[in-house]
Amino acid sequence: MSTAAHNAKVMNRFELTKRLVGQLKHDEAVIGGIGNANFDLWASGQRPQNFYMLGSMGLTIPIALGVAIAQPKRHVIALEGDGSLLMQLGCLATVAMRAPKNLTMVVWDNGIYQITGNQPTASATTADLIAIARGSGLSKSAWAADEDDFDRLFATALKDGGPSLIAARIDHKPAVGATDRDPVQIRERFMRGIGVRD
Amino acid sequence: MTKTQTAWHETVLATLKSNDVKLVVYVPDRVFTPLIQAIHDDAFFTTFAAAREEEAIGIITGAWMGGLRGAVLMQTSGFGTIPNALASLVVPSQIPALIFVSERGTLGEFNLGQAMVCKTMRPVLDSLGVEYHTITRQDELAFIIDRSIKQAVATQAPVTFILSPLLTGGKVFAS
Repeated sequence: MSTAAHNAKVMNRFELTKRLVGQLKHDEAVIGGIGNANFDLWASGQRPQNFYMLGSMGLTIPIALGVAIAQPKRHVIALEGDGSLLMQLGCLATVAMRAPKNLTMVVWDNGIYQITGNQPTASATTADLIAIARGSGLSKSAWAADEDDFDRLFATALKDGGPSLIAARIDHKPAVGATDRDPVQIRERFMRGIGVRD
Repeated sequence: MTKTQTAWHETVLATLKSNDVKLVVYVPDRVFTPLIQAIHDDAFFTTFAAAREEEAIGIITGAWMGGLRGAVLMQTSGFGTIPNALASLVVPSQIPALIFVSERGTLGEFNLGQAMVCKTMRPVLDSLGVEYHTITRQDELAFIIDRSIKQAVATQAPVTFILSPLLTGGKVFAS
């Protein structure tokens, strides 16, 4: 079993989300996963290029892959939780096979299904999400050792191209905000934000 | 079918093309094999297999939001895995997802599991209010698909095309 995850510092999702958003200078698209990944993305500032996925647990990375295929010149970032990713692991193999250079996946791993009552996920004990990602063919996959390492890994992903996957161990603190719940409005705003709608 | 007639898969491909549907994501199906092969062979299309049908739904949803039209191909049992993706993503977000289903479970089905999941498909589509057409005839195929794609885009609503064994020949028991 890889010990890389266990040596990584436990960080905070909202703090890392703010750091991530702070690096976005080119209208990059960000796809936020259901639950706390979304909520902290919302709380970090409602960029028009953010899409907040309200249902369909597990489909954050597939949606981001679709956006990345449609807009190859725009970098796309998927923010996903450990429980959600475990629900749709096959998507990692699909992303690796397609190998979009403009896709970066970030996985917040708190080892729990936080929204539903803190039940442990498999990544809390036995599953190493980075080992799974590498095994799926995503060679540019790494645990962030600490905040500075997270910044460096994300900057490299934006600059050098991907597909890249960064996993961060995070604490159990609740999200800072909560999204609006209007799927059509969210989708329309996003499409305008990435230039598809006038 | 005589050799001079256009095959069903040629009509589907041509109609996707004329409606600028460039992305086709599928989970393989034996009956759809000639369509999948033809799409792979045509540089107009970006096409690949997803590991699971709901993943394919997610990919074409993202593509639509990014300005690229997409379709998904699956068989009946695959449809059985996507109701949550339809109910919690495609329908509430008003995504014109184009869903092609190779119909298994009827007209000579030999696998009880396929026959059972087939019985769930239309009730699920009815309950979600998703428009669908069961296509049985080659002479209606282009009209139904062409008009339905245009309607899906114009009304921002998904549509499902159920391609019957009457059209495709289906899959028969290999005795």
